[in-house]
Amino acid sequence: MTPPADELSIVGKPLIKLDAFSKVSGQTKFADDLAMPRMVYGRLLRSPHPHARILRVDTSRARAHPGVLAVLTGDDLPVKFGILPVSQDEEALAREKVRYVGDPIAAVAATDEWIADEALDLIDVEFAELPAVMSIEEAIAGDGEPIHGKSNVHKTVALEFGDTDEALRAAAHLREDTVFFEGNTHLPMEQHAALAQVAADGKLTLWTSSQTPHYVHRALGKVLEMPMSRIRVIATPNGGGFGGKSDIFSHELVAAKLALVTGRPVKITLTREEVFYAHRGRHPVLMKVKTGFAKDGRITAMQFQSFLDGGGYGSYGVASTYYTGALQATTYAIPRYRFEAVRFFTNKPPCGPKRGHGTPQPRFALETHLDKVAEELGIDPVELRLRNLPKPDSRTVNWLRITSCGLEACINKVVEASGFSKRRTSMPPGRGLGFAVSSYLSGAGTAIYWNDMPHSEVQLKLDRNGGVSLLCGAIDIGQGSDHILAAIVAEVLGVSLEDIQLTTADTDLTPIDLGSYSSRVTFMAGNAAKAAAEKVRDRLFEVAARTLQCDADDLIARDHRIARRTRPADGMDFAQAVQLAEAQGGVVTGTGSYTPPKLAGPYKGSGVGPSPAYSFSAAVVEVDCDRRTGEVRVPEVWIAHDVGRAINPTLVIGQVEGSVYMALGEALMEEQTFRLGLHKFPSLLEYKSPTALETPIMHTYLVETIDREGPFGAKEAGQGPLLPVIPAVANAIYNALGVRIDEVPITPDKVLKAMHDKGKRVGPKAVPSFEFPPLIHADVPDEWKGK
Amino acid sequence: MVPPYKTLLEVLREDMGLTGTKHGCELGECSTCGVLVDGKPFLSCLSMPLDLEGREITTVEGMSADGRSHPLQIAFAELGAAQCGYCTPAMLLTAKALLDRDPHPSREAIMEALAGVLCRCTGYLKIFEAVELAAARTGIAAR
Repeated sequence: MTPPADELSIVGKPLIKLDAFSKVSGQTKFADDLAMPRMVYGRLLRSPHPHARILRVDTSRARAHPGVLAVLTGDDLPVKFGILPVSQDEEALAREKVRYVGDPIAAVAATDEWIADEALDLIDVEFAELPAVMSIEEAIAGDGEPIHGKSNVHKTVALEFGDTDEALRAAAHLREDTVFFEGNTHLPMEQHAALAQVAADGKLTLWTSSQTPHYVHRALGKVLEMPMSRIRVIATPNGGGFGGKSDIFSHELVAAKLALVTGRPVKITLTREEVFYAHRGRHPVLMKVKTGFAKDGRITAMQFQSFLDGGGYGSYGVASTYYTGALQATTYAIPRYRFEAVRFFTNKPPCGPKRGHGTPQPRFALETHLDKVAEELGIDPVELRLRNLPKPDSRTVNWLRITSCGLEACINKVVEASGFSKRRTSMPPGRGLGFAVSSYLSGAGTAIYWNDMPHSEVQLKLDRNGGVSLLCGAIDIGQGSDHILAAIVAEVLGVSLEDIQLTTADTDLTPIDLGSYSSRVTFMAGNAAKAAAEKVRDRLFEVAARTLQCDADDLIARDHRIARRTRPADGMDFAQAVQLAEAQGGVVTGTGSYTPPKLAGPYKGSGVGPSPAYSFSAAVVEVDCDRRTGEVRVPEVWIAHDVGRAINPTLVIGQVEGSVYMALGEALMEEQTFRLGLHKFPSLLEYKSPTALETPIMHTYLVETIDREGPFGAKEAGQGPLLPVIPAVANAIYNALGVRIDEVPITPDKVLKAMHDKGKRVGPKAVPSFEFPPLIHADVPDEWKGK
Repeated sequence: MVPPYKTLLEVLREDMGLTGTKHGCELGECSTCGVLVDGKPFLSCLSMPLDLEGREITTVEGMSADGRSHPLQIAFAELGAAQCGYCTPAMLLTAKALLDRDPHPSREAIMEALAGVLCRCTGYLKIFEAVELAAARTGIAAR
C-alpha cells in the first residue's frame, strides 16, 4: 500500500515549513495580536487563598469605577464544566469555594487594561479560610474539609493482569524502588489569550490560543447555555502549547460572557503569573515499582503504584492517572502486571497533560529501577533492555496492540553512536553516561467523548486553476501540523505545497479534528487528509482516463500532471483534469475521515492507553558533574526515535530536539512547588528553564519502521522523545558519581546531599499507607495466558 | 506624540500595529519583546518611548528590505529554527545584532548572545545552526 520512498516527491523531504516565512517575518497572528474596533479588555480577580469559602463578593465599587463596562461573578456563569465528561467540577468563576491560589472569582471588562486592573482592586471579597491540603500525605490524612465532595480522593485504579504475587514469589530476582517526580509546567512563550465578539444577530465568535477548539466549543455551549450552532470558535496559531492549552479555561468562558453582556469585543490576555495558575501541567507523582526477574534478566511480573497530586480540579486527571500505568508494557514484554493508582485533590493549580501526559513520571521510575537491577544482576543495562523487548504485531498483557516496533534499532543506534558500552566504564572523573528507552502513543485510540464518529476529518475543494483548498479542524501549535496536512495532500495529488490553501481550526468552516494533543495530529488528521486526497484523485483519474482512453489504474499524479505510468507523455495538466471533472460533475470536492480501530481491552479503564500505533525511543545522555557544587551539566545527548516515517525530517528532528531540551529542563531544574499555599516562583525569571547556554550537542537518529496504520507509515514525534531523556540523566549521574537521585528535578542540593548520604541516595523512603480498592482481575490476551 | 505612560512594547503593538514584537512576561525576564535600539538588543517591555527620542528602533518588520528577507530569516526558515514562531522575532533581531558586530561568530559567541531569549520549542540547536548558516553565506557583512 505504502509507496517506496523514491516514488515520493514531498513526503520524506526536508522541505521548508509551509508557514516558516510567516513566522520569521513576524506576520503570524497570535491571539493577542488581534484587535477590533470598540474592543475592551477583560481581567480576572483570582483567589489569594489556597482553600477558602467565599462568604460575600461585593462588586458595587468596581461597577461604579469610570471605564468599567461590566463585572461578573460566579452567579453569572453557574454551569459547571470540565474537559472530561466524568470531571465536570469547574466553574468559570468560583461561587462557593476557592481551591487554589489563583482560582478565578470575578471578572471585569473595561475600556483599558489598567482600568480593569484598578477595578479588580475595588471588588470586595470576604473569605473564610479553610485548612489547605498541599501534599499527597496531607490529602490522605484528610484533616479538615475535603476539597470536593466527601474525600480528597479523586480517582482510584486497581487492575491486575495475571497473578503477579505468585510470579514475584517465584522470581529469581526481586527489586522494589520508590521514587518521586515533582510537578512542573509547560511554560509556552505565548501567554493564553482569547478575544470574543458578538455579531448583531447575537452569534458569538471566540478566537483563542487553544490546542482543543472543539472542546472549547462544547464547553461554551454548555456554560453559556447557547446552541453550539450560535457559537464559532477559531483557534489561533499557538505560541507553544505542550499540553498547556488543551483544557477549557476560565478566561475563554469569561471573555465570551463579557462580550455578550457588553455587546463589545472583549479580549483577555493572561499575565505570565496567571499562566502559572492556569497550569494543567505535570502531576507530581510518588511511585513504587516492584519487579520480578528470571535469572537471565527477563521480567516475570511487575507491580506498579502511583500517587498523583492532582491540584484543585479534575481536569484530565482521570486519564493522567491511568497513563501512569498504561505504557509500562508497551516498552517491555511484561507477562504479568499489577497497576494501582490514586489521584488526590490538593489546593494547588490543577494538573493535567504536559508533553508525555502521565508517562514521564513512571518512565523515570522504571528506567532508573531497571538500571539498578542490571547492576545487581551483573547484566549490561542495554542487554537487560534487549532481553525484554516487546514484539512487533503483538498485544501487551494489558491489551495494547503494538504494530511496528523499532525499539531495538533505536537502542542499537544510540549505543553504537555514543560508544556507551565501552565508554561508560572508563569515564573521566565527574563524567557519566546514562541510558534509557521508552514508547508513546500516536494518538489516543479512544476519544474524550465516547461515540462512533471520526476523530479527524478533512475536506478538500479544488479550484479550476489547480489550487486546492484544505479544511481541517487541527491547529498548528508550532509542531508543523499545517505543513504535514499540506504535504500529504500535495503528495497524493501530485501538486506543490504552494498550491494548498489551508483553513484550520474554525468550527464554522472546518470539519472536526479533536485537537492538537495526545500526539494524534500527524497520525489521525494525516490519515483523514490522505483519504480525502485519494478520493479527489480517483475522481480526477476517472475523467482523465476517459479522455486519455486508458485504464484509471494506469494513471499517476505527479509534477502537476496526471499521466499514464506506462506512457508518461500521455497526460494532462492537473488543472485541466480539474476542469474536466468540474465540467462533467460540478464542483470537485472530497472528504476524508479517520476513526481509529476499536482496540480497548475487556476491562474497565481499558480506554486509556490504546493507540493505533506506538512510537519508540532510546537515549544516551552524558553528564559532567561538579563534585564541589553538585551542579550537573549535559554536554551531549544521543537520541533515536522510531517515527514510522518522517513526513518532513526537519520537523521531526525539531520535535525530537525540542523534546530533549524540555526533558533536560524537567530533569535538572524545572519544578512547580509551593510554600504556605503560594507558588514559590510564578515568573519566568525564577522558574528555571534551560537557556541557550545549557544546550547540549544533540545527535538525533530517525528510525523508520513504516507503520501499516499511519499515513505513509508515519507515527508520532512530538512527545515520545522526551521520555527516555529524564531517567537517562539520572542513570548518568549514578555512573558519574555513584549516587542515586530518585527524585526529579535533580538539583545541585540533592546531588550534594546524596554524596554525603550513607546510602548515597536522595529520594522518598516509602509510599504512604493507602488502601486501594480491591483489584480487578482482568482477562489477559491469549498470547499471555499461562505465562 | 506617544502617551507618557505607555511602554515601547505597547506603543509598537497597540498604537503602531507592529505586532511582530511579542511579549512573554512584560517584566524583562524572557526577551520575547526584544527589539534593536541603535542596533543593540533592547527589551521593549521595560522601555519608555520618551527616553528613546531620536534613536533608531528596529523591529522584525524592519528586518526585510525591499521585499527581500534578511539572510537570517531565510536560514531560520530553511533549518526549522522557528517552530511556534513566538520567540522568533526577538531571536532574529538579537542574532542580527550579533552578526552586525561579529560577522562570523563562534558557536560559543552565538550561545552567549542568545542566552537571554527564551525558546521552549526548538531546544535552541536549530537556531544556532541557522545563525551559522546565515553567517556562512556571503553578503551578510554588507547588510
